Amino acid sequence: MLLVLLVVTALTIVRVRSILAVVMLGGIYSFLMASVFLVLDAVDVAFTEAAVGAGITTVLGLVALSLTVDREKIPSHNALLPLAVVVVTGAVLLFATQDMPNLGDPNAAPHQHVAPRYIEETPRAIGIPNIVTAVLADYRSFDTLGEVAVIFTAGIGVMLLLGRRRKRKPEDSE
Amino acid sequence: MDVLGKYSYWVAIIVMMIGFYVVIDRGNLLKKLVGLNIFQTAVFMLYISSGKVAGGTAPILYDGDAPFSNPLPHVLILTAIVVGVATLALGLALVVRIKEAYGTVEEDEIQAIENREEDAA
Repeated sequence: MLLVLLVVTALTIVRVRSILAVVMLGGIYSFLMASVFLVLDAVDVAFTEAAVGAGITTVLGLVALSLTVDREKIPSHNALLPLAVVVVTGAVLLFATQDMPNLGDPNAAPHQHVAPRYIEETPRAIGIPNIVTAVLADYRSFDTLGEVAVIFTAGIGVMLLLGRRRKRKPEDSE
Repeated sequence: MDVLGKYSYWVAIIVMMIGFYVVIDRGNLLKKLVGLNIFQTAVFMLYISSGKVAGGTAPILYDGDAPFSNPLPHVLILTAIVVGVATLALGLALVVRIKEAYGTVEEDEIQAIENREEDAA
């Protein structure tokens, strides 16, 4: 049921022409996706998606919208070629899922090798109950540091892009 | 179970293709970014699905004996979500700058303005 709602919301995003509606539907879509993550036992991912995906992304979208235009124009090119590309790519990907283990299969390869070690060692080596936090902040803390560097770079990029405008404006008006 | 055993992957791929379609077919740059976001979350869903263990619980230690779902995809996707919002912010900032420089966020119109400027030069 949740998955049906997810697909319907995504299809509506394709159909709707008002960008405001698209941004709001994007928030609904993110929240549905967070619920799916919750059902799939990924609680940390679910609340990050709910906060970042449904929250911050929607706010960023609305800010960008307020600085641009709301109506989307109907594309003038032929719609068949993109549709064909999408259908072919989707068919190939669906074909590829034949080789994947069934959903929830406890004997699947990803659950056999590295993951049990983390689950066994975390209580002894780190001593906090949430394994996801333990891996994120301790075993892979350098990855998280790299992630912070990426966000910092993106922040600088946004500031440079939007900061230049204010300096330029007086020149433009002359 | 065997026929429908992979339904979560299928839904993820269908949603992924919807996002892909928005990215390549729509001319509005803001809508393209929303499409990219849909594509991205669908990939997240694919990864999280592969971490699920039937009858398992969230990977938080407790006294029961149910198996834990695989925590490693969760860690990976947690990082990916945050990086995703950073790149989205950068993309939106670029769109705002394009709107200021060209007065439009439609791909076709930007292309037309570019062509006109090239002809004039």
